[in-house]
Amino acid sequence: MGELAVFIILAMVTLIPAAVVVTSRHLVRAALSLVPTFLGVTGLYVLLHAEFVAGIQVLIYAGAITVLILFVIMLTEGGTGVRTRQITDQVPLGAMAAVWLAFVVLAVTLRTPWRTQPGAAPSYGVAAVGTAFLTDYVLVFEVTSLVLLVSLIGAIVIARRES
Amino acid sequence: MQVGLAHYLVVSTLLFCLGLYGVLTRRNAVAILMGVELMLNAANINLVAFNRYAAPAAVGGQIFALVVITLAACEAGVGLALVMAAYRGLETVHVDEINLMKW
Repeated sequence: MGELAVFIILAMVTLIPAAVVVTSRHLVRAALSLVPTFLGVTGLYVLLHAEFVAGIQVLIYAGAITVLILFVIMLTEGGTGVRTRQITDQVPLGAMAAVWLAFVVLAVTLRTPWRTQPGAAPSYGVAAVGTAFLTDYVLVFEVTSLVLLVSLIGAIVIARRES
Repeated sequence: MQVGLAHYLVVSTLLFCLGLYGVLTRRNAVAILMGVELMLNAANINLVAFNRYAAPAAVGGQIFALVVITLAACEAGVGLALVMAAYRGLETVHVDEINLMKW
């Protein structure tokens, strides 16, 4: 019973700020509402016994990506005023698409008999993740590092001021 | 009542649809990127939840989620650099005003 209560609180902490993110007229408020959303998702990871993913979520999403978004909002001040119109003409269409997709996916999800297995997570998850990364998934690991390098160089080249 | 796989799938569906709504209705390119981040988070919840409930002894879903988080960071970096470049050239970050391939 306690687990369900914690889950409901975490789901609220995730979903209510997410609604603020997509509807707020104030862009800085939307960007700062990302933080409780990401922390709520972190709580869901902890509830799922994925502690390492939770730590990385806090470091990268709640830390780095939010700060990056706030910096770009500050540097592009021409489009962020409260009086600036922030929504396109597609609001009815977008709302229809989102509600329809939610309805279809929820209907399919709740009717499917998911095959679950009982069992405990590895007792020390960080070691299991590290071992898997350097044995079974070593190619994924190396390609990811290459993608990081390429996107680093790409971001510098694109954002550089041309003289 | 125990928390099951379906609970997490419902939350991630709602989060994904909120992100989709943001992507479809926002005018500011930075806000569109925020919607994309919400959708990626929803996908990550699914990956970790299936890992926990369908194969509890394995860590493949967590590995996949970590790779997705890394690539989301790449996507945010390159996407925001593109927003900066467009703002410098066109003086706007509104996607309905960026309609030139070259300036």
